[in-house]
Amino acid sequence: MPAKKRIHVMDEADVRREIARMAREIVECNGGIAGLVLMGVHRRGTQIADLLLKEIEQIGGGPVSYGSIDITLYRDDLGTIGPRPVVGESELPASGIDGQTVVLVDDVAYTGRTMRAAINELSDWGRPRRIQFCVLVDRGGRELPIQPDFVGRAVTVAKDQRVEVYVPELDGKLGVELRTVEPEAA
Amino acid sequence: MSRSLLLRGGRVVDPSQKLDAKRDVLLVDGKVATVRAKLDAPENARVVECAGLVVTPGLIDVHVHLREPGEEHKETIATGAAAAAAGGFTAVCAMPNTDPPIDDPAAVGFVAAEGRRAGSARVYPVGCISAGRDGKRLALIGEMVEAGAVAVTDDGNPVMDSGLMRTALEYALAFGIPVADHPEDLGLSLTGHMNEGIVATRLGLPGKPNAAEDIHIVRDLLLAELTGGHIHLQHVSTRFGVESIRQAKARGVHVTAEATPHHLVLTHDAVIGYRTDAKMNPPLRAAEDMAAVRAGLADGTLDSVATDHAPHHYDEKEAAFAEAPNGIVGLETALGIMLTRVVGEGVIDLPTLVERMSCAPARAFNLPGGTLAEGSPADVTVFDPKETWVVDPRAFLSKSRNTPFTGWELTGRPKLTVVAGRIVFGDDEARPRRRRGER
Amino acid sequence: MTPTPAALGKDLVGLQYLSADQLRTILDTAEPFKEISERRIKKVPVLRGKTIVNLFFEASTRTRISFEFAEKRLSADTVNIVAAGSSISKGETLVDTARNLEAMRIDMVVMRHPASGAAQFLADRIPSNVVNAGDGRHEHPTQGLLDLLTIRDRMGRVEGLKVCIVGDILHSRVARSNIYGLLTLGAEVAVCGPPTLMPPAVQELGVQVFTRVEEAIEWSDVLNVLRLQLERMEAGYVPSLREYNRIWGVSNARLEAAKKDLLVLHPGPMNRGVEIDSDVADGPRSVILDQVTNGVAVRMAVLYLLAGGQPERAEAAKQGGGDA
Repeated sequence: MPAKKRIHVMDEADVRREIARMAREIVECNGGIAGLVLMGVHRRGTQIADLLLKEIEQIGGGPVSYGSIDITLYRDDLGTIGPRPVVGESELPASGIDGQTVVLVDDVAYTGRTMRAAINELSDWGRPRRIQFCVLVDRGGRELPIQPDFVGRAVTVAKDQRVEVYVPELDGKLGVELRTVEPEAA
Repeated sequence: MSRSLLLRGGRVVDPSQKLDAKRDVLLVDGKVATVRAKLDAPENARVVECAGLVVTPGLIDVHVHLREPGEEHKETIATGAAAAAAGGFTAVCAMPNTDPPIDDPAAVGFVAAEGRRAGSARVYPVGCISAGRDGKRLALIGEMVEAGAVAVTDDGNPVMDSGLMRTALEYALAFGIPVADHPEDLGLSLTGHMNEGIVATRLGLPGKPNAAEDIHIVRDLLLAELTGGHIHLQHVSTRFGVESIRQAKARGVHVTAEATPHHLVLTHDAVIGYRTDAKMNPPLRAAEDMAAVRAGLADGTLDSVATDHAPHHYDEKEAAFAEAPNGIVGLETALGIMLTRVVGEGVIDLPTLVERMSCAPARAFNLPGGTLAEGSPADVTVFDPKETWVVDPRAFLSKSRNTPFTGWELTGRPKLTVVAGRIVFGDDEARPRRRRGER
Repeated sequence: MTPTPAALGKDLVGLQYLSADQLRTILDTAEPFKEISERRIKKVPVLRGKTIVNLFFEASTRTRISFEFAEKRLSADTVNIVAAGSSISKGETLVDTARNLEAMRIDMVVMRHPASGAAQFLADRIPSNVVNAGDGRHEHPTQGLLDLLTIRDRMGRVEGLKVCIVGDILHSRVARSNIYGLLTLGAEVAVCGPPTLMPPAVQELGVQVFTRVEEAIEWSDVLNVLRLQLERMEAGYVPSLREYNRIWGVSNARLEAAKKDLLVLHPGPMNRGVEIDSDVADGPRSVILDQVTNGVAVRMAVLYLLAGGQPERAEAAKQGGGDA
């Protein structure tokens, strides 16, 4: 992908700091960790969720249920972009989600369509007491009336820029950059 | 009678006279009058300049299906004769597997009369071997010959009963006509839809093994040897079949045999993709068989080229492969295919082509023509050996379009077809006179 | 992990012309679909609004049900036309069927037909996606895929395995799809059965031929045992079912000579006591029920991959272009 320019947004320390802050907010907002379930959205959301989970378990002093969700089959754009041959697996937390507070975790919030799909999918899985949404980066540009409850960093991003979130498991580092991309590659 | 016609300055190729030279050909009163290096046009004669063209005795196809009576939606005697003329043929032999079959003198008379009325290429009726083509007892062979039949065959069906075949070969001796057979042992091939082999296996189609054809070729040769009768083996497609005929000819068995243009240029690979326009019987065989048919044509084992012109309505071929009927049209592509892919690839030379498409078929079926000797019928084919054209079935005069050669680029094209001194194809004056009594 | 563009073409007619990458894409896609069938709500909305016609010119309860589950679990709207024996199979030609389907503006057709080549015929003539659910003796690609998936799941690979297909190879579309798929993925393939039920020139497909099932069993890592249709005996290919069982039947006694972890597959429905004995079918080597489960997942994957909406291809097909 031809990149013209990279703009630094967050380094590893920034990411860890924001995750720690969001972990505290989540625990506070929910009055502890009882009934809390963390679910990462494939793919990079799951890595962010892992980091968040460790923080929350430390703060809460006990284990927290977690799972992951792949929204590929709930996307609304199959007809326009074609199928994605790589369909990830969703993993239901051991505790189930009925009656729980599910915190969906993703790397970036943009149009809101991923969140919409994730909420739909969760409703097919069961009936959570409450769904909250947590993202590392909110780049704005919503096309649906859905807002995250917990935001690491809100950034203003031009149309031709992409938010790149790097996680150690996939990219060998932790951090966030903005990349300007050629229009046809966007 | 027609106007005199002078074909001037063409390359005249007539193997019957071992002639291959630039000549003028004068046709008078339906006969070949003179063939000379330089002729003056008589008064009133029409002159056709043939410089750069090839002039040959009229091509004869001893194996065509004209579908009339019974299946006039596929072809009629008139459209078939017109297609023949457009393909450079001056005469065709109409197979009797119509509905009803041509198995009595009245039916033979009907075909002959419709042929005359068409006023195009000559149409010679062929009668059935067995009454109703059911392979049980002889048809009225003598009366059919009197009515104009030039041969007998149950084509489409083989004669399964060897005893009946023996009887037919013996009986036909009285009339000096060939007994033509579609050699196929149905016990081995009835369920098949294409050549047995790797292509059929991949396509999941039941096959017809070479042996089905070989067994009947050998049987027919043995019976001809036994009876002294004249066996004419139709559309030979197998290597063993060719070799068996070669040996029988060497022994002096009275056998003549056909090769079709499609078995000379296509293999069973043409079926891949379930191409129903490559479905015929006998089926397109393996490459080794095609090579053997070519060799047989070259050395004269297969003495005649015949098209097995088999028209089918478009919606009959627009079907799943197993449900589609056998056969392809061939009259309007034969000469181009033979010139481009058989002569052009060095299998035979041009005089041999004329021998196989005109002289030999005339001899095999005892037909007039097949020569430009003075006094013989003025049946002449003129073609341009250099003209390149692309096969477009929409332009066919045949009613049917079922050809595997669509889109093929061919070099060599009929320009003028003359029957009994009259131009039946190749210029605007030659529109066939339909539904009139005389020629 | 880059998504493969145009993972499949417009249609799935057979496995003969699929590349190893395409086969792997389908199998990889099928994996996560298995999990959907384990959910409480066994349904995802990915094909919502798509209309799929299951057009069966031959009775086949299991394949049709498997496709129907796959379609419903992807939220497609489905219509079943079981045409075997009805007016549609008698009077109407395949061309008319194709035109009618086109006029009804459906998105996909899953077709089973007794004529080899019927699926290609339809695919060349309508813009909808066509999935071959078995055409004559030609191919049954989703069965081939589910067998591949089952083998890969159990053995961890396909490449390098020795797989022998036992039984009536001549009439079997399952055998052909298996042979193509297995060879493309690098397996060694053999066939075994009565010589009367071997297709002519079968070696030219690139397979080894065993006449005796004992030799086949000793050689194999995987046996795929085909159903012997009663009609084959009636048509004289084998003298009797009992004799077939004695000579080619897969029994526990014969399997004693087999490798320890030999797998036994069977596409079903089984003739217990003919091509396979019950103690094998119900024994530890049998993965026959896995095949059934995998069948739904593989069909979901195929439908999902084909459904990607590629209007330009559909348009080409409509104009008679066809899609190889």
